[in-house]
Amino acid sequence: MTQNFDLTTIWALILAFAVLMYVVMDGFDLGIGILFPFYKPGTERDQAMNAIAPVWDGNETWLVLGGGGLLAAFPLAYAIILTATYPLIMAMLLGLVFRGVAFEFRWRAHSHRAFWDLAFSGGSFVAALSQGIILGALLQGVHVEGRAYAGGWLDWLSPYSVLTGLGVVCGYALLGACWMAGKLNGSGQDRAFHHARVAAWATFAAMAAVSLATPFLAAPYYQRWFAMPTLLYLSPVPVVTGLAALFLLRGLAQRCSGQAFVLALLLFLLGMIGLGVSMWPHVVPPSITIWQAAAPERSQSFMLVGVVLIMPLILGYTGWTYWVFRGKVGEHGYH
Amino acid sequence: MFTAFDALTLARMQFAFTISFHFIFPSFSIGLASYLAVLEALWLRTGKPVYLDLFRYWLKIFAVAFAMGVVSGLVMSYQFGTNWSVFSDKAGGVIGPLMAYEVLTAFFLEAGFLGVMLFGMEKVGRGLHFAATVMVVIGTTISAFWIISVNSWMQTPVGYEVSADGRFLPGPSWWAIIFNPSFPYRFVHTVIAAYLTTALVVGAVGAWHLLRAKDQGRENGHARVMFSMAMWMAALVAPIQIIAGDEHGLNTLAHQPAKVMAMEGHFQSHPEGAPLYLFGIPDDKTQTLHYAIGIPKMSSVILKHDADAPLAGLDSIAPDKRPPVAILFWSFRIMVGLGFAMLALGAWSLIARARGRLYTSPWLHHAAVLMGPSGFIAVIAGWTTTEVGRQPYTVYGLLTTAESRSPIAAPAVGASLLAFVVIYTAVFGVGIWYLLKMMHAVPHPHEEPMEPDAHAPIRTAGPPPEFAK
Repeated sequence: MTQNFDLTTIWALILAFAVLMYVVMDGFDLGIGILFPFYKPGTERDQAMNAIAPVWDGNETWLVLGGGGLLAAFPLAYAIILTATYPLIMAMLLGLVFRGVAFEFRWRAHSHRAFWDLAFSGGSFVAALSQGIILGALLQGVHVEGRAYAGGWLDWLSPYSVLTGLGVVCGYALLGACWMAGKLNGSGQDRAFHHARVAAWATFAAMAAVSLATPFLAAPYYQRWFAMPTLLYLSPVPVVTGLAALFLLRGLAQRCSGQAFVLALLLFLLGMIGLGVSMWPHVVPPSITIWQAAAPERSQSFMLVGVVLIMPLILGYTGWTYWVFRGKVGEHGYH
Repeated sequence: MFTAFDALTLARMQFAFTISFHFIFPSFSIGLASYLAVLEALWLRTGKPVYLDLFRYWLKIFAVAFAMGVVSGLVMSYQFGTNWSVFSDKAGGVIGPLMAYEVLTAFFLEAGFLGVMLFGMEKVGRGLHFAATVMVVIGTTISAFWIISVNSWMQTPVGYEVSADGRFLPGPSWWAIIFNPSFPYRFVHTVIAAYLTTALVVGAVGAWHLLRAKDQGRENGHARVMFSMAMWMAALVAPIQIIAGDEHGLNTLAHQPAKVMAMEGHFQSHPEGAPLYLFGIPDDKTQTLHYAIGIPKMSSVILKHDADAPLAGLDSIAPDKRPPVAILFWSFRIMVGLGFAMLALGAWSLIARARGRLYTSPWLHHAAVLMGPSGFIAVIAGWTTTEVGRQPYTVYGLLTTAESRSPIAAPAVGASLLAFVVIYTAVFGVGIWYLLKMMHAVPHPHEEPMEPDAHAPIRTAGPPPEFAK
């Protein structure tokens, strides 16, 4: 059990890392999709597409790793979560279908472009919203009996989960706006900073609301956050979050897009830490812990070898790709 | 609305629909990535601009096909949990790590280097660009390796242990699980199928443009090069594929005899040599093959290399463990029939080539155009054969399909199935129309690259200066 304890905890951290990487990588490009209706048809939208066309596919692969990794390391959690959030998973996947094909399809027929632009923004919004609602649905607790989901097919819907859904949409929009600010010059950049400010305030509001609501979802969450001595250990989390928000606003005011992007990511990281602290050690609150959901030790150790050997390579060539396509985008399409 | 079907049937329909639509794209992009690498290598080695033009022509098509493969593949990685959660829970410990390795070793590699392959020629230079193309090729092949290993383990499960609560646990050797008995055969057969499918598409596009050029009284050198390359591929690979398929069939006979019985239409046992049925109307209810036309003892010759060798029929299998014959009998014949048609096309092209009429034989070109989609049909028919032939199990002989299903009610499964059917048909229908439109565009000298800078007005009149030779 002790051996299993270590390995399973490592796998929980690896999956948390995959989710974080997904937010880092795909958050901004979904965010650009969410902001797409606010860009003018023509050059502005083409530029927005060019800012992500060479990297979106790699970004989305982190979501496949999240799904595949969950199946491999915590098969029971994979089985329960995907059943419990069935309509959300379907909506997310179909949203990603629309936005994914739009990257290529919008260049293929001029008269269809308006439609594929709508598919791109609509698909991005639905995917982001679904991901956020899945997060909320997980936190508010999933009804499990035996080894299977035992709730209805709309149990996930609640004011809390809608709130987390909107929070993720706002957060992604913030990341997307910061990314665009780094990729554009002139009036396009001005507009990107404006979008970032609006999205930042919306994100702060959503984070504050989620932070206030979460401890009251269930007694264990409340005790974790408000009982001594955990209150002391955890108090830096909200303090650092507040500071990050202030520096983010300052970065936007000073037009430092890189600083703003990093701080927006820091906000996501802190949000994840906060929610992770609430859930720990459950992977499906309130009943399934990471150890109950864990794959056999042989499965986890076999994959750990792969992660340790291959992940540095993945990070290396992904970084190289971003380096190749660094800098401001031109006005001409990639097609 | 969905009362006619139970949740199990709907879940199976959803998987069959989403996987069939998905597999069209990788079976094309696995082959096309390799073709692009060959074209780029030929260009780098010979410096002939025709290879660069063809590379750019097919690269645009590859980009669209690849995008559709990515998004439809993402759906697949979640299908296991949404509709088959009990299967995921029970088999996740064995197949999960293989799929995680697919993500780590293949998906990241493909996706990471795809951007450079599509858009990066001017940014990274020729050598690194070629390296990126090769990485994408390696990625597509590794991806096929892992996912076919997973599928093959479900067909011929070995190397596992079963826990007290009925879950499959990996045994001491992952090697045994990955290289399970049917894996090498299925992997070879599938990858060759992807190459052949691509060759037939490239050949059809080349033939199409040769026919058009002839109608317009001109020559198209680019169409000639792609047609010639594709016909070499078809002529060389179609016979290899038939041999590989035969070996795969013998492997199936050894491990999943009921599947072969259904493919052959052998409802009854034949103790003194079994006939090879060429035609018949299988009736699963009465377990008979109506209007059967067959060659006596031929099936025993093919499967046992002995005309009088006894072959057991489905009557030797318990009724609730038989796969449905009606689908298998026909899907198998469609695949084999198309395989022999491909062989014939390849042979025809060799004869035409020997007589110096490869580019001037309109009948050959019409036949090549007609055979353009045949690879896709054969691939879908082949997968239908192996997957339906695994029924009534998900993990062969151990876990039934009915036991594998999620506790999701029929209306939810049906509604999502309906959404997939409507959206896939619309989105991928339009996508396939775009692909056909791009294939209809005449391949020509100074094919435009995908890089943005080369779109600047000054360059549209010719190739970017660094590529002009």
